[in-house]
Amino acid sequence: MQGNEAVSWGAIAAGCKFFAGYPITPSTEIAEMLSRELPKVGGKFIQMEDEIASLAACIGASVGGLKSLTATSGPGFSLMQEHIGYAAMTEIPVVIVDVQRLGPSTGQPTSASQGDVMQTRWGTHGDHPIIVLCPVSVSQSFDLTVKAFNYSEKYRTPVILLLDEVVGHMREKIDLPEFESVERVERIATDVPPEWYKPYGDSLSDVPPMANFGEGYRYHITGLFHDVLGYPTTRLDEIDPWIQRVHRKIERNLNDITLIEEDLSENDKTVVVTYGASARSARHAVKLARQRRTKVGMVTLLTIWPFAEAEISRVARIAKRIIVPEMNLGQLALEVERVAGRNKVVRVNRANGEMVTPQMILEAIEDR
Amino acid sequence: MPTQAEHTEYMYLRPTKKFPNVWCAGCGIGIVMGALIRAIDRIGLEKDDVALVSGIGCTGRMPVYMDFNTIHTTHGRALAFATGLKIAKPKMKVITIMGDGDAMAIGGNHFIHAARRNIGIAAIVVNNAIYGMTGGQYSPTTPVGAKAATAPYGNIEPPMPICEVAKAAGATYVARSTVYHAVELDRFIEQAIRKNGFSLVEAVSYCPTTYGRMNKLGTTVDMMRQLKEDSVSMTAAEKLSPEEREKKIVRGVMHDVEKPEYTQLYEELIQRVQQAQPANLVNI
Repeated sequence: MQGNEAVSWGAIAAGCKFFAGYPITPSTEIAEMLSRELPKVGGKFIQMEDEIASLAACIGASVGGLKSLTATSGPGFSLMQEHIGYAAMTEIPVVIVDVQRLGPSTGQPTSASQGDVMQTRWGTHGDHPIIVLCPVSVSQSFDLTVKAFNYSEKYRTPVILLLDEVVGHMREKIDLPEFESVERVERIATDVPPEWYKPYGDSLSDVPPMANFGEGYRYHITGLFHDVLGYPTTRLDEIDPWIQRVHRKIERNLNDITLIEEDLSENDKTVVVTYGASARSARHAVKLARQRRTKVGMVTLLTIWPFAEAEISRVARIAKRIIVPEMNLGQLALEVERVAGRNKVVRVNRANGEMVTPQMILEAIEDR
Repeated sequence: MPTQAEHTEYMYLRPTKKFPNVWCAGCGIGIVMGALIRAIDRIGLEKDDVALVSGIGCTGRMPVYMDFNTIHTTHGRALAFATGLKIAKPKMKVITIMGDGDAMAIGGNHFIHAARRNIGIAAIVVNNAIYGMTGGQYSPTTPVGAKAATAPYGNIEPPMPICEVAKAAGATYVARSTVYHAVELDRFIEQAIRKNGFSLVEAVSYCPTTYGRMNKLGTTVDMMRQLKEDSVSMTAAEKLSPEEREKKIVRGVMHDVEKPEYTQLYEELIQRVQQAQPANLVNI
């Protein structure tokens, strides 16, 4: 099946019961499939008037207690930035799939790209935490969709699943697990009486329990800075703790959130750090290099945000050179450079709609 | 004078919210808030079964004071959030509260599509013909010739007829009144909430702080009196010439029809699909 189909099955397996979206290549298969599959499991699908409304409807449905998903590509993802910020500010769980295509603007709808990496991190205004997962294969598209829902519910945060056109449209054989056996995380419900409930109160985990609308806990949600009861505030002693807490709730759980695949040895002086479809080219290049007895390691980032700072820092202590292939002009490379130092990083870039080839990466590996 | 406890309105205000409210003295929005509370009280809805969804602007601040499930969303998007919430909780009474700029400019697309779907949401638009919170810029309902912070030489854009747009787009209940006619407003909002489908109430208001000053319309009392003099009921409007009617605010229920409601249609769709094809998921 396609990566996009695997995302749809992953959503069903994770307990998704609501999808709102707007047609856009190359993500449309997800909407088409969920319009067919969701009613079968009692879930609901709606095609909204645009991507702004799509994510708004998802947040509304999540407030009503449904695990919600939307899927889009670059132009639609640009429109969704407003509500990614709203979900981060209000701490409402929601999952957003962005199947990247070549940009900017309408760009090239059917061509591959990894040009949205920085937009997933900083596309919406203001400081906010975000989790972005990036699958390399079709089976990983299923697994990471489930993870995306689980992180979203567990940490009350929007989670972005960042595919590229290659992974979204590529067909591979996969073994789907029994859906009942898939680990599902539910949002933490509150057990206090309604008059004690603080929707944004302190909790030991920094993730306050979330009451769904209509279940006896009447409270206020706003995109303004708010106090522990959810009411708008301009007080510094209420704004500061909020911004600290929402960042802390992600930072203290990096061990849980940072998903990474390492194929490394102590002797690897060259290491390829990569993600998404570029990891497929890199895998081939590393194999060819090793056949020629070149010592080369590989790190694949499945979680690209928050950036795997500790892990890349460890790699940088061993490796003399870090090669970062990407289908853009160097976005995640900026982060690798920040952690490893600019003189260690070799960028391999292509931003014309075609994949970075194994040959391009191999040349970089051998070019010493 | 009734005591606080005897006032219906006080029973629906949040005990934990710090007052006073954000509105200027003399603002009409508070009257709409009172009308909404009286309508909900008259229907006898449980507080837990009501959700208020608002956008951004002076009117968007209304839900925070009221003891329901309340969500203050982004500018223009109240109906899009409300659509998701209504689908998740079809039995809940979902009410959106928007201003004229909020609903008709930035939210115009969501407005016509929510009406087209006939989803069971009651939409209240407080029309004061101006962007008040940002300091009095012209809105899609500012009359031609009126002055605004961004129309210093007079507005040249024709105003948007909110009720006509809602009717054309597919709303099944459409009514207009003013904040002077508070009793009528109570009744229209009550009917809108009872309606099983997309309903719209346009509450014509005024802004003494920005629009009133810039157009030299006098005090709040003067502006209130103007609403009384400028508005006519639908029956009275029929006796006027088209030119005379053009200058008036026509009050009344413009449209009231029955059409299938969206979330009910979707529930039926689910039943139809599940009967025809029991969940045949991969590996399930």
